[in-house]
Amino acid sequence: MAKMKFLCDAERCIECNGCVTACKNENEVPWGVNRRRVITLGDGEVGEKSISVACMHCTDAPCSAVCPVDCFYTTDDGIVLHDKDLCIGCGYCFYACPFGAPQYPAEQAFGVRGKMDKCTFCAGGPVDDNSVAEFDKYGANRVSQGKLPLCAEMCSTKALLAGDGDMVADIYRERILKRGDRPQTWGWEKAYGSAV
Amino acid sequence: MSSNTATANAEKSRRRFKAMGWSILLIFACAIILPATSYLIPTETAQAQVVDDKNQRANFWRAVREGGSGYSSVKGPETGVFIQNGGQNWRQLRNGPISTYGGWALILAVLGCIGFYLVRGKIKIDAEISGRKVQRWETWERFMHWFTAAGFVVLAITGLSMLFGRLVLIPVLGPEGFSLWANMSINVHNVVGPFFSIGVLAMFLFWAKNNLFNAVDMKWFSSGGGIIGSAHPSAGKLNGGEKVWFWVVILVGLIAVCGSGFALIGWLAQLGIGDETRATMQFMHKVHAIGAILWIVMFFGHAYIGTVGTEGALEGMATGKVSAEWAKQHHDLWYDEVKDKAVQDEPAAAGPGVSQPSTSTT
Repeated sequence: MAKMKFLCDAERCIECNGCVTACKNENEVPWGVNRRRVITLGDGEVGEKSISVACMHCTDAPCSAVCPVDCFYTTDDGIVLHDKDLCIGCGYCFYACPFGAPQYPAEQAFGVRGKMDKCTFCAGGPVDDNSVAEFDKYGANRVSQGKLPLCAEMCSTKALLAGDGDMVADIYRERILKRGDRPQTWGWEKAYGSAV
Repeated sequence: MSSNTATANAEKSRRRFKAMGWSILLIFACAIILPATSYLIPTETAQAQVVDDKNQRANFWRAVREGGSGYSSVKGPETGVFIQNGGQNWRQLRNGPISTYGGWALILAVLGCIGFYLVRGKIKIDAEISGRKVQRWETWERFMHWFTAAGFVVLAITGLSMLFGRLVLIPVLGPEGFSLWANMSINVHNVVGPFFSIGVLAMFLFWAKNNLFNAVDMKWFSSGGGIIGSAHPSAGKLNGGEKVWFWVVILVGLIAVCGSGFALIGWLAQLGIGDETRATMQFMHKVHAIGAILWIVMFFGHAYIGTVGTEGALEGMATGKVSAEWAKQHHDLWYDEVKDKAVQDEPAAAGPGVSQPSTSTT
């Protein structure tokens, strides 16, 4: 069975935030929630690197381990999803997740957060595939339609890859072989020269 | 001549020994110093630098792995942090020692109370009840106590549901049923908590000066509070054990548990104390969980002693008055102070209208 994975090729990502926009639009996520974000390390310095982050769909997912209502489940494709009907918005998954993937639509008095929202790998949730209820709660279910997450599909430089982990790894390995040699001989220095 | 040769030979061998000695010293010195020259001459360091240069991308990502942050156009708290490492530690502590040892501590506390009851039984009032009573707790004190106690029970049940519900309640209620319960629990917990904290704070303000330790308490501790045997150590209005419980409530309860609770619902951050980063929340949650379990364990002992464990103790907090015999047995020094104010309880046969104010003497 396929194990779905995201991989962001930091040598290709140009911080266009197209993935963030694609995700927001496709899934119509609540105001204030960003299921995906781009982080630039060493921003404005020579050799800056950008990387697009969302839920990494961990095999041993910390969010799932600490959830007091046990609302997380992993699909046969290795996608970590959660049931918003069970979620109580306690925030524990947010405390546990290293990537800051779980987010909450509201912060009100007495610590009320609302139901957690996170990247679904465009695979919807535990309600009927492509139903209105599914879209309202979880966003698009592209995986059930044989499509990949829109963030990766729309990535202009094909930095963000999504799909079966083995295939993603093959594509990435091929890129590395084509680039050849050590990392410092491709990417920034190859494109702009080592003096820049 | 022969003596000349002898002196020459002796001179020669002395020089040889001298040379040998210096040579050995030099060899030792070199053996120690020469390997250390690599610290002075930067060849090794330079080589390491070269390796690092060749692998600078690895260093780049290593910094990310260690929690470094960058820029993100998505605005919000910590959106620039790629990997927050504390969560894994929090997960392992919460799902591991805190719930394992905490769970056993709670079970053992209950079993301990039951075991103590089976071994020691109810602590009876030795003297015959005369019906004379002394005022122990004023109405406002009893209100403060029961207001806080009710809040405590609600918070303990809802809080423990959050920690152990997945293990204990989901098999009973099912995922949907438990979700409803947990949702109710977390909201009740977050709303009752602040009001409960006011009750604990009031206890601190009004009761702290009665709970300062004195020499009588030291004697009380050294005789183990009279747990073993029938001898009952002297005590004032509050005995050493009650004072320990009071300070657990204040130090563990008010400061650690209530304080971390206010941090967890974001009130401290709104007041400008601390922040709402994940590291803070993880730390506060650990403090909250460990402190609360300790508090509940102590509470079991308090509730046991105050109800089934000791005859005549509950009526003090329920009605405000305790029988003179109970007071004499458990709080002899205090009884000496207040015995003049003891009143005869209205006889059961007497009709209404003969009740007397508690301050009057008979």
